[in-house]
Amino acid sequence: MDYTYYPGCSLESAHSSYSDSVKKVFNHLDCNLIELEDWNCCGATAYMSVKETVGFAISARNLALAEKHKRDLVAPCSSCYTILAKTNRYLKELPEFHQTINECLKEANLTYNLSVNIRHPLDVLMNDIGIEKIKQKAKHNLNGLKIANYYGCQIVRPERGFDDREEPMLMDDLFEALGGVNIYFPFKVKCCGGMLMTTYEDVAIKLSKEIIASAVENRADCIVTTCPLCQMNLEAYQDVINKEYKTNYNMPILFFTQIMGLAFGFNNKELGIDKLLIDSEKFSDLVIK
Amino acid sequence: MKIENIKVPGKLSKKEEDLRESFLRQLEVVPNSEKIKTCIQCGTCTGSCPVSYAMDISPRELIALFRAGDLETILNSKTIWVCASCYACQTRCPALIKITDIIYALKRLAMEKEIYPPNFPVHSLSESFVKIMNQFGRLHEARLLVYYFLKTNPAKLFSFMPLGLRMAKKKRIGYTASKIKDLENFKKIIKKAELSDMPREVIEKAYLEKTVGYSAVEKDTVLESKK
Repeated sequence: MDYTYYPGCSLESAHSSYSDSVKKVFNHLDCNLIELEDWNCCGATAYMSVKETVGFAISARNLALAEKHKRDLVAPCSSCYTILAKTNRYLKELPEFHQTINECLKEANLTYNLSVNIRHPLDVLMNDIGIEKIKQKAKHNLNGLKIANYYGCQIVRPERGFDDREEPMLMDDLFEALGGVNIYFPFKVKCCGGMLMTTYEDVAIKLSKEIIASAVENRADCIVTTCPLCQMNLEAYQDVINKEYKTNYNMPILFFTQIMGLAFGFNNKELGIDKLLIDSEKFSDLVIK
Repeated sequence: MKIENIKVPGKLSKKEEDLRESFLRQLEVVPNSEKIKTCIQCGTCTGSCPVSYAMDISPRELIALFRAGDLETILNSKTIWVCASCYACQTRCPALIKITDIIYALKRLAMEKEIYPPNFPVHSLSESFVKIMNQFGRLHEARLLVYYFLKTNPAKLFSFMPLGLRMAKKKRIGYTASKIKDLENFKKIIKKAELSDMPREVIEKAYLEKTVGYSAVEKDTVLESKK
């Protein structure tokens, strides 16, 4: 099956490993991801909080470009996913606003007729491809790897999307099928602080610390996430957290597609696990015994 | 929050009226925003909020203050800027109030009216973001941090150095900005969108004003303190 692929800005630079692993996993499952030609930044929450109409208009440009291909649009970054989906929803719910946005798009000879489905890779993997096929295609068993499944905010909220908003289970089901053990993790949908890490560092540090602390208490081997910003906050700021709270955390934070990739038999380099800041060698040894 | 700072409903200052009108306009783009009138002050939002401990006005108080006619205090608060936009409040609200989206509307209003609390430079981050986007069509993360810290606290750039180096070693920093090809048309969309007004759902606006109870307020009422 073919999908249109929207990588987003973050997956182009700091989190290319997420993009690489998503592509590897999809190809392994006989799915093609075809990158959207000349996509632009979704605008994230920052643009919408300054100029709303412009934020929606530039986000809608991507939808208009994607519409021509008549395929579902797959966006791995949680923020891109939620912004594109929000744009889609607002344009559907507010016909007048849809008209305004289309007038803006007309300037670039584009128009959007509300027909694109925005999908997250987790949704596609579990609901289109299915757990049976994923199991068949796995080369290694995860051998009881203890996983803290961290969904974060944006793929489950604000509207009910493809999983529950308070107790999402798709990643749990996925890793259980691949031989992992899902630890008790009450922080699975708690906020990591997001962009507050740059503006109110002390607040974001506290939120991230609580998430890592819960995973550590419940003896997780790693935290697995779907969001580049969560990955960055939880991983890159562990030093700051350790200093601030006198802790000694050394928790690997991986993208869910990286763990899947390991189970599918790809190596550290192919999945970008070598780009992690923490103990990548030791980690993959732990998974593949 | 000092109780004497809460203005009495029915006596709105000129500024408050002006703010209120702009706010209602900002709200128009939020589907079902009229639910703000159905708040039962249960506090589920505050209880669900992971950052309410760092706020000066809790999300519950924010709604109460709006209904009590004191947008000015809300706009001067730290609250709207400390919101991480995690949507926990909004998904749990039993009255289905779009709290997070309302906070977005408040942020835009504060920026429109240039009301910022001192030392809370969140808008600088958003503005830096917008600047880069308008230039390239895509975000360049390294540039965003540089712009932001130059605007707010240049010394902070140095404290980012160790992390920056670690990221660079792992080849996780993009040094050049990625640019979209059709930048010309992209800029046209932005230009046009900037001119476009928000859709004015007049009925909803009138309804909102009536239900929160300020339509009866005489236009030229001036606060005691402002006389």
